[in-house]
Formats: sequence, structure tokens, C-alpha cells
Amino acid sequence: MFWNALTLQLGYNATLVTIGATLLGIAAGVTGTFLYLRKRALVSDAISHATLPGVGIAFMLMVLLGGDGRALPGLLLGAAVSSWIGLLCVSWLTRFTRLSEDAAIGAVLSVFFGFGIVLLTVIQTMGAGRAAGLEGFLLGSTAGMLFNDALVIAGGGALTLLAVVILRRPMTLLAFDPEYAASRGVNVGRMDLAIMALALAVTVIGLKVVGLILIVAMLIIPPVTARFWTERTDHMILISGLCGGLAAWIGAAMSAVAPAMPTGPIIVLSSFALFVLSLLLAPNRGVLAVYLRHVRFQRRVHMRQGLLALAQGQPIYEGFTLRLLQRAGLAQADGVATDAGRARAAKALRDEKRWELVRADQAFESAAALYDGLRDIETVLTGDQISEIDQRIGGPQGVTS
Amino acid sequence: MSGEEFVPLSLTPMLIGVLAAVACALPGNFLVLRKQALIGDAISHVVLPGIVVAFLITGVVAAAPMMLGAAGAALVSVVMIEAIRRLGNIEPGAAMGLTFTTLFAAGVLLLEQSDTSSVHLDVEHALYGNLESLIWLDAIGWSSLLDPVALAGLPPELGRVVVALLGVCVFLWLFWRPLVLSTFDESFAQAMGIATNRLGVALVMVAALAAVAAFDAVGSIIVIAMFICPPAAARLMTNRLERQVAWSVVFAVLSAVLGYVIAGYGPLWLGFDNAVSAAGMIATVSGIILALAACFAPHRHRSGAPAV
Repeated sequence: MFWNALTLQLGYNATLVTIGATLLGIAAGVTGTFLYLRKRALVSDAISHATLPGVGIAFMLMVLLGGDGRALPGLLLGAAVSSWIGLLCVSWLTRFTRLSEDAAIGAVLSVFFGFGIVLLTVIQTMGAGRAAGLEGFLLGSTAGMLFNDALVIAGGGALTLLAVVILRRPMTLLAFDPEYAASRGVNVGRMDLAIMALALAVTVIGLKVVGLILIVAMLIIPPVTARFWTERTDHMILISGLCGGLAAWIGAAMSAVAPAMPTGPIIVLSSFALFVLSLLLAPNRGVLAVYLRHVRFQRRVHMRQGLLALAQGQPIYEGFTLRLLQRAGLAQADGVATDAGRARAAKALRDEKRWELVRADQAFESAAALYDGLRDIETVLTGDQISEIDQRIGGPQGVTS
Repeated sequence: MSGEEFVPLSLTPMLIGVLAAVACALPGNFLVLRKQALIGDAISHVVLPGIVVAFLITGVVAAAPMMLGAAGAALVSVVMIEAIRRLGNIEPGAAMGLTFTTLFAAGVLLLEQSDTSSVHLDVEHALYGNLESLIWLDAIGWSSLLDPVALAGLPPELGRVVVALLGVCVFLWLFWRPLVLSTFDESFAQAMGIATNRLGVALVMVAALAAVAAFDAVGSIIVIAMFICPPAAARLMTNRLERQVAWSVVFAVLSAVLGYVIAGYGPLWLGFDNAVSAAGMIATVSGIILALAACFAPHRHRSGAPAV
């Protein structure tokens, strides 16, 4: 059953919803990347909460005009207008008063949301039963979605995606270096507004599917996940879109199978699962990779210090060092060096002396800059250079007492 | 309006609203100054999974386990934000957004999947609270305030909010100087031997305490609004911290009273017969106060900025 939903074989409507949600997820992941790089991820929280009064007012207007009140395009239009007002409030508060951006975001989201709740209670008293669909905007539900609604979502997701693809160059420039972007003729203010407008579009389109409380997660979690895998913006945008799309696809498919399950939470939790996997397993930046790197480094330090101790005939008290040397066949259990160990130790000591000369000599300045006490000298200097240094050191001398 | 009607139906909800608002606004002052305003937002979201888990473990809707669950969830979220921030080298805002949405999603899913239909526990309740239902049935008029039998019938939420408010006041009174120092000049505070990190966590935990107690009574919208709006408006009124705290208390009381009255009686005055959400209206009033402060308050501009 779940497999059928994943492979889009569960009827026309479910298929359309799944495709729409996936497109939306991709658009959210891609848009969110720019928000994240611009360090304004939480502005999306204000945007999403500020949609609620718009939804309420749009509903009331449509009912007053004699309409159904639940027509999705109208509700989404209302949501877009009120969240745009919320966004303007945030930027006005941060620009013209001394309040910082986080206070402005918090104030706008709580006040707009509170006002939206007031409107919802008004609607509940207007006509019994007619407001039934509006609670779905809090947590999202794809159950009972009409064909036209699904079409709106799929179309909106695709359009947003297209807009991001067109604007990606100037937005990337802006995310990394606003001054440079300005000097290249990018209108920084307008481009910032464009990023926000895209985030707003994603939020509004996602309202019905994910709900306004959790839509933020679709904008925040995929970029954070993608950041673990790459250091390049274009790759990050791709990976982020992929993560967002994948999470939305799984979530929509699951809720097609079990209509009672709210879609939003499932999408958020699948997204979070992808994040945890990346946090642990990503190469280079993942926790596991960092830990392994640390262990490897620890080994190198212990090995090096152990060899130097062997070379100078000092006893080794450190248990870990001794175990490492023993395992490599360089020392016996009592800390006495084997033949191989003596050879390696002599080499280590010689390398120390070589480094000493290299670091004292201006001619090797660039090589000396790489000295960290662990690096093998062969990886830095050519054979000729080493033999030149060896000549300066002279022949092997016995280790004096 | 007569005491016979006002005391049982409106006095306790209004009082609880006022006390909850003040309890949230007091730590909110420091959160706003430390640019941690959204911690309040995060805490109020993660309270839901805490309460749901507490309910699933104990199987009853009782105050004590739920408060514990909510406080535990607040602690978990603070640890999680910090862990994600450090392990992944992720900017704090994104780490916060990631954490609270995930925990909230988990809470909603748990709630939907478990059998909570028999008890009064749902997402809408968590968001709006049930301020209007905290009535004092044993009261018959103003004289009940002196009647021990009637006083025993006060809604238990009132006691909890009072305790939380007292806890917040005691914390601020005990740690006022270190808090002020570490808020305005963290390195100086460290040099003075103040454990600024621990103090920061303590502040967040006190905020969580206020949030949990208030949440129980009034829902999470008021919590977020009261953490941020009154302190933010007060910030625009003065340059002195003591006065800012005083202003924030005034604004919090004002929004709670006005919001409750407008929600309860406003529609009646306008000729409708149903009240609107008190929690939502209190948040709205606090927003209007902030908007007025942002337009007219004496210290609304950044110091040094040209007067526009």
C-alpha cells in the first residue's frame, strides 16, 4: 500500500497531491538555502504565522460576497497579502526602531497569529460547519483535497522553482557578499525582497499541505542538511532541493495511505531523519568523520612521541602509546624497542633534526610553514633537498648517554 | 456590572491572564535584551510534546506530571539546540528552528496516534488555551473573596501561575546584578567571576517555568506574545533597565485586562452574541501596544541614529 503510494499508483488525486508536495518540497529546499546562507532562516517563521489572519479575512470576505469561503486560491491570496504585511512589519521594526530582528520576528508572529485565532473564533460563530476546512491550515491535511486545490499546489510549486532557477545567480552573490553584489549592479534591497517573496510563496503554497506552524521546517531543515555534504553553493542548492523533495514525497505518500495522519508532521520528521543521518554520516563535516579524524590524529601524536622516546632511550609510561607501538611491532610489552622499532625511531629522530634545520633556514621558508610536529618530511621536500640537509647534518652519530 | 456575575465568571480568568502575562514578561525583558527573544517561541512549541509524553507515560491528565513533562521538554530542546549548533557548526537561528519544529511535529504525531479522545488534550487547546473556562463556580459575589469555603474552589491553575510568578520574581531578585552585568557586558561579567553560561541556562529555565505554568492556563500564543511584545514595547520607552521592567509589567497587565475585556464583552457591545478567543485578543492588544510604542515612544530610535 505504502509502496503503491510512493510509486504514484494510488489514484489520480493522490498522485497529483504527491507530485505537488514533492515539487513544493524541492522549491522549499532550494529557496531555504538562500534564506539560510543569508542567515535569516527564522524570518520564515514570522511569514508563516502571519498568514493566519489573511486566511481568516479571505474566508469572511468570500462568505460575505456569497461564495463558498473555502476556495483555495482566495484563501492563499489572503494568506499572501497578510504575510507580506507581516514581513513589512518585521523589516520596518528592525529598520526604524532599536528592536533587534529576533524581537521583531517574535512580536510579529505572535501578534498576527493571535489575531488570526481571534478571527477563527469569529468565523466559528458565523456559520456552523462552514469553517471546518480552516483548522487544516494549522497542521496541514491532504485528505479530502479537491482536484483544483492539488493543481494550484503543484502549479505554484513549479512556478516558484522556476523563479528560483532564474534568480539563482544574483541571489547566490548576495548571500555571500552583499557589497560585491551591489558593485556588480545587483539591487541588494530588491534581491533581498525577492528571496523573501520566494519564501513567502513557498509558505503560502505549503499552507494546505504542511500547515502554517510546520512549514518553517521545510525551509530550514533541508538547507541545514545539505550544508553537511558540500562546500559549494550550487551543490548545496541541489542537495537541499533533493532532501526537501524526498521528505515531502515520503510524507505525502504516507498520508495518502493513512488519511488520519497529518501530513505536516510526517514531512517534518522525515526531513529531520535525513538531517540526523547527515549529521552523523556526512563525509568531512559529519560527527562520525570528525570523530575518526580526531582518533587518527591522536594515534599519530602518540606514535610520534613514542618513537622519539624509543630513539632517546626513555621509558614509555603512557599505556596507549605502548599499545600502539606494540601493535605495530615496534616495541615489546615491556617497552623495549624491536629491531624495526629501532630503525623507525632512528628515522624519527633524524627527521626531527632535519626539520630543525629546515625551520632555521630562510631558503625553506615555505616548507617550514607546514611544520606541525607530525608531518613526514618526505611529503614536503624533494629527495634532493633532503639529501642536501642530510649533508649538513653529517653522518650518523651514536646516541650519547 | 454586578459582582455576582463578574466575580465567578471573569475575575479568575482575568487574574490568571494578568499573572501569566507578568510572569512571562519579566524574564522576557532579559531575553529581548540578549537577542534570545525567539527562545520563548521555541519553548512554547516544545511544551506540547512534553505534555503529550507525560500523558502517555502516566495515562492521566494531571498537573504535576504535565508540568514535569513540559519542563523536561524545554530542557531537552535547549540541549538539542546547543548540541546541533556545536556538532554541526550551524547558526543558532537555524538550529532553533530545526529543533522546535521537529519536536512540535513529534508531539502532534504522538497526539494524533495515541488515544486521547477521552481527555481534553488537543493541538487547538495547546495553542489557544482555555482562559474562558477557568471560572470560579463557588463564588457568589465580592464577598466570596473572604469566604474560605468558596476560596477552596478556585481553579488550580491560579495557584500554579502564582507559584510560577513568585519563582520568577525570586530568581530575578536573587540574581539581578549578575543578570544585568552578563546581559550588557558578558566579558566583564566573566571577569568578575560570574558563571555567565550557567546563568544563561538558568534564565532560559526560568522562562520555561513561566511558559509552562502560563501555557497550562492560557495556551502558547499568549506565552510567545508576552515574552516579546511588552518587553519590546518597554524597551522603546526608556533607557533604564529598572524602568523598562516596570513598563513591561504595566504593558503586560494592560494587554491582559484589555484583551480579556474586549474578547469577552466587545462582541456583545457590537451586537454579536458570541465572545472571541481571549488568548488571541490579549496577543493582539499587546501587538497594538507595541505598534503604538514603535510609532510614538520617546526612545524608539537607536541611540546615535538620526531622528527621522
